Amino acid sequence: MNSLIRSTARCIRSGAAVSFLRPADGLVRAASARFLCAAADLQKDLGEMVKKDKVVVFIKGTPAQPMCGFSNAVVQILRMHGVDQYSSYNVLEDQELREGVKVFSNWPTIPQVYFNGEFVGGCDILLQMHQNGDLVDELKKLGIRSALLDAEKESK
Amino acid sequence: MAVSADHIREKLIKELEAVHVDVEDTSPERCAASFKVLVVSAQFEGKSLLQRHRMVNMCLAEELKAIHAFEQKTLTPEHWDKMKQQDIHISDMQPYFVFRNQ
Repeated sequence: MNSLIRSTARCIRSGAAVSFLRPADGLVRAASARFLCAAADLQKDLGEMVKKDKVVVFIKGTPAQPMCGFSNAVVQILRMHGVDQYSSYNVLEDQELREGVKVFSNWPTIPQVYFNGEFVGGCDILLQMHQNGDLVDELKKLGIRSALLDAEKESK
Repeated sequence: MAVSADHIREKLIKELEAVHVDVEDTSPERCAASFKVLVVSAQFEGKSLLQRHRMVNMCLAEELKAIHAFEQKTLTPEHWDKMKQQDIHISDMQPYFVFRNQ
């Protein structure tokens, strides 16, 4: 266990492991996955990462600056529902993460969305859930009240 | 050899017994192989969105390794019939950058 901690510390010191968003994006935490340097360890880490927050997404870019239309769609949908606090991982920063999360989720593309540690789907699925009202219900199960419910109330 | 729309269509018809498949090659809009598919199959009945998408992913597992971006819409024959009556085309169905409140 000790050697694990030492090798983790080494990785972090080398700067490879952790990067945080600029203060302007304060609410959304992003971190690189390279706590440990092997692929198998990444799979284990991913198991932890997807549970760290109620909503966890793996996208290209960041919520402040998505680098792909599909990733942007995920960010916009969450924003519309007033979901500001979630963990976001930029797969463009880390090639191992980019490939590793596809193996972990058994899903071939990015973006990927997790609710309560459970894989939800990609952009298509999130968009359909948004359009058919399921997303409001799923967020409710997470204890998150969708902003669209309030918007609806105001318009009545 | 690059993946072709026809190849994808044939595979979906064969392996998912799809009664209707639309494959749109969206590669020109992006810098790499990209496709948008609509699959209508009775095998989707009773399955969640995620299960349906996983079925398509499994069917195209080999092809997806070479595909950069992939959009899919999975419908049961019943749902598809309803949409046909409204004359909706696949390119109307997933405007991922525009959100309509339905």
